[in-house]
Amino acid sequence: MNMKQWLLPNLFASTCLFSITCSAGPIENYSPVTADRLKNPEPGNWMLYRRTYDGQGYSPLDQINTSNVKNMTPVWTFSTGVNEGHEAPPIVNNGVMFITTPMGQVIALNAKTGDEYWRYKRQLPDDLFQLHPTNRGVGLWQDKLYLATTDDHVVALDAKTGKVLWDTKVQDYKKGQYLTLMPLVVDGKVIVGGSGGEFGVRGYVVAFDADTGKELWRTFTIPGPGEPGHETWSGDDWKSGGGSAWMTGNYDPETRTVYWGVGNAAPWPGDTHPGDNLYTTSVLALDPDTGKIKTYFQYHQNDSWDWDEVDAPMLVDLQRDGRTFKSLIHPGRNAIFWVLERKPDKINYVAGWPFVYTDVWKGIEPETGRPIVDPAHKPVIGKRVEFCPSLWGGKDWPSAAYSQNTRLVYVPANENFCGGFTGEKTPLVPGQLWLGTKPEDIGLKVRPGATHFGELQAWDPATGKKVWSYNFPKSHLFGSVTVTAGDLVLVGGTNDRMFRAFHAKTGELLWEQKTNSGIMGMPVAYEVDGTQYIAVQSGWGVDGQRIQDALATQNNIGVENNVPQGGVVWVFAVKK
Amino acid sequence: MSSPSDKTRRTIILTALATAVHASAPRSAAAEDDPPGSDLRPQKADLLVYAEGDHAGEVIKPQDLKPGGPPVRAWPKDPKTSVVRKGSRLNEVVIVKLDPAELDDDTRPRSADGIVAYSAICSHAGCPITAWGKAAQGEKEVLKCVCHNSEFDPRRSAQVVFGPAPRRLAALPLATADGSLTIAGTFVGKVGAQQGG
Repeated sequence: MNMKQWLLPNLFASTCLFSITCSAGPIENYSPVTADRLKNPEPGNWMLYRRTYDGQGYSPLDQINTSNVKNMTPVWTFSTGVNEGHEAPPIVNNGVMFITTPMGQVIALNAKTGDEYWRYKRQLPDDLFQLHPTNRGVGLWQDKLYLATTDDHVVALDAKTGKVLWDTKVQDYKKGQYLTLMPLVVDGKVIVGGSGGEFGVRGYVVAFDADTGKELWRTFTIPGPGEPGHETWSGDDWKSGGGSAWMTGNYDPETRTVYWGVGNAAPWPGDTHPGDNLYTTSVLALDPDTGKIKTYFQYHQNDSWDWDEVDAPMLVDLQRDGRTFKSLIHPGRNAIFWVLERKPDKINYVAGWPFVYTDVWKGIEPETGRPIVDPAHKPVIGKRVEFCPSLWGGKDWPSAAYSQNTRLVYVPANENFCGGFTGEKTPLVPGQLWLGTKPEDIGLKVRPGATHFGELQAWDPATGKKVWSYNFPKSHLFGSVTVTAGDLVLVGGTNDRMFRAFHAKTGELLWEQKTNSGIMGMPVAYEVDGTQYIAVQSGWGVDGQRIQDALATQNNIGVENNVPQGGVVWVFAVKK
Repeated sequence: MSSPSDKTRRTIILTALATAVHASAPRSAAAEDDPPGSDLRPQKADLLVYAEGDHAGEVIKPQDLKPGGPPVRAWPKDPKTSVVRKGSRLNEVVIVKLDPAELDDDTRPRSADGIVAYSAICSHAGCPITAWGKAAQGEKEVLKCVCHNSEFDPRRSAQVVFGPAPRRLAALPLATADGSLTIAGTFVGKVGAQQGG
C-alpha cells in the first residue's frame, strides 16, 4: 500500500473522529414541529420537556395500564457511551427519538427499532469546568433541534441530519456561565436560562430567533438600578447575586405567559446579601415576545440555603374551596407545597404546607404567602448552622407530575435529610466556585430514628391531603416522575438502579426493572404504529451521586457509594 | 502494520485536524490580553508563585510549605520574562509537602524535599482540586475535588482513591535551586478532564 492509498481511508476515519456528526442515515418524512403541534401535541408524542406546555408530565396514553404493566418488558436499549447524569427525557416526534447526554451529545434514533440515524458530539473546550456535567434535552421547532451546552452556547441542528445550522454564544463559560436545560420553544423563539448560581453570576432568561440564532431579548432575574425590585438589594450585591434560571419554563398560550423558575441567591449565607433579593427563589411570569416581567411570586425571601426554585410550577385548572381557578402548583425545594392562583397581571398565594419535615419555617403569612423563618436555622457568616431539609431540599429539580385522571400531584420527595454549613466571607473570583462556605464543610445528616429517605408522594392539591406515599428505606429519590392515563406513576431515582411503575390511585408497586445504572432521567410515554412504549435514560451522576456519597461517607446507615455509571436508553412495551 | 513514516504522517494529519478545531474555538478576551507565554504549559526551570491569598503572585519557597499540608494552589512563572503562566487554567497546580518516606517509588523522583506538585484540574469534569481532608475510605489526608467528591492520593502519583474520576492527576516534577522551588520537567500524564462520547 502506498502512502496515498493509506492516507485516504485514514483521513476518512479522522474526519469521522473529529467532525461533530457521524451520519448513519438521514431521517426521511420528518414531521415539522409547528406552534399548533406544540400547543396540542398528538397523544403519542413527547415534544416538550414535560410533554405539554402546562408542565404536568402527563401522557394520555393508556394501552399500558395498571392491569397489564406486569407484562411490560424491554424491547430495545441503546448505550450512549458516556458517564455522568443522564437527565433528559427521550423526545419523540412521530417515530423519531432524540436523546441528549452529558458532554453535549444528541442522538437521533428510530423510536420503534432503536436504530441510530445520526449522532452529534459537541466539541467541548479542554479547560471547561463542569460542576453539573449533564443536559436535559433538545427543543423542537419546524425541522430544527436546539441544544443548550455546558460551554454556554445554544446550537441549532438540522433534525434530519444532525448538521449544525447556527451556533450562538450566550455568555462566557470561563466566568462560570453554562447551560444544562432543555430550551423552551414558543412561536419560533428559543428560550433558555443560565446556570451558575455557585459562581456568583447574575441570572437571566434569554430568547433567540429559531431560524437565525439572533438574540431577541434578555431579561435579568436580578433587576438593575432603576428597575422595580432593585430596592430589595443592598449596594452592589445585585451584580453577583445569583438567581440562575437553569430549568425549562412552562407556558400558558391563553395569556401568552411563560412561567420560569429562578434559583438561589449568591453566595449562600443570607447576611452576605441583605434584603428580599428579588427575583431569586421566585417564579417569573414573562411575556415571550419581549421578555418583560409581567408579575412574580417569591417562594422565600433572602435565600440562605441554596434552595433554587428553578423547577417551573405546573399549570393546573384546580377546583378548591368551592371554586375553579387557574393555578400554579409547585412542590418547592424549600419544603413547602405551593398552590397559587395565576392571573394575567398577578400571582396570588392560595395555600402552602410542608410536604417533608422542616425546622426552617414557623408558618406562612396568610395574606402574602411569605414564609416565616426561624433565625436559628438560617445560615449566616461565622457560625455553623443546621437546617432541615438539606440543601437539596424537599424536592430538588426533578419534576413532579399531575394526573388529569386522578387529579393528584406525584412528588419525588426526600424526607429525613438535614444539612448545615459554616458561612464565611470569600472574595469573588470569576469562574471559581463562590458558595460562602467551604465546599467540604457542607453536610448531609440523616435525622435520628429515620425509617426512610426517598418518598414518592401523592397529594390532593384540592384538599392539601397526602393520599398515599411509598417509602424507600435505603435510598434517596432523585428522578423525575411521569404519570399516564393508564394510571401508572413512572419513576427511577433510587440507588438500587430500579425503574418502577406504581398504581396512581393506591401507590401499589406494580412493576420494576433493574437497569444498568441509577436513573435520574425523565420517563416518557409514546406511541409508534399503534404500540405504546415507555422510555427512560439510566445514567447516574451529579447530585444523585453527591447525595449517595454523603449517605455513604457521612452517615452510618449501611449505604455504599457503588452505583455504577454509564448511560443507556431503555424502551419498554407490553408483550402481545 | 504501518511503517514509522506512516505513523509520523498520521500524527501530522491528526494534529492538523485537532489544531483546526482548536483554532475555530472562540478565544476569550482574557486570553487575548494575556502576555505571550502565559498560556504555555509549565516549562522546565519555571518558578512557582502563589495563585491566591495574601501572597498571591509571590514566589513559593520550600520552607513556606507546612509539612503534611494543606496544599497550596500555584501558577508557574517564567523566570526570564517574569510572565506568570495563568493564561490557561490548565496550568494551575497544587503543591503539598509530605514526609518523603511516605512517597512511593514513582512519586519520590518527581518530588523535592517531600514536596509534590500535581495538576489542579480534576480528570473527571475539570473542576479545580481545592480541598484536603481525610480520605472517604482511609485515614490519610488526600487531595479532593469538591464538585463530585473524587479523591487522589498525592503519595502515590495522585492515583484515584474515591469518586468518579477515571485517572490520576498529571504530575509536575519539582526540584530546588537557590532556595526556590522550580519545575524540573513538563507534566507527566494528561492534564484536564475526560471528554466523553
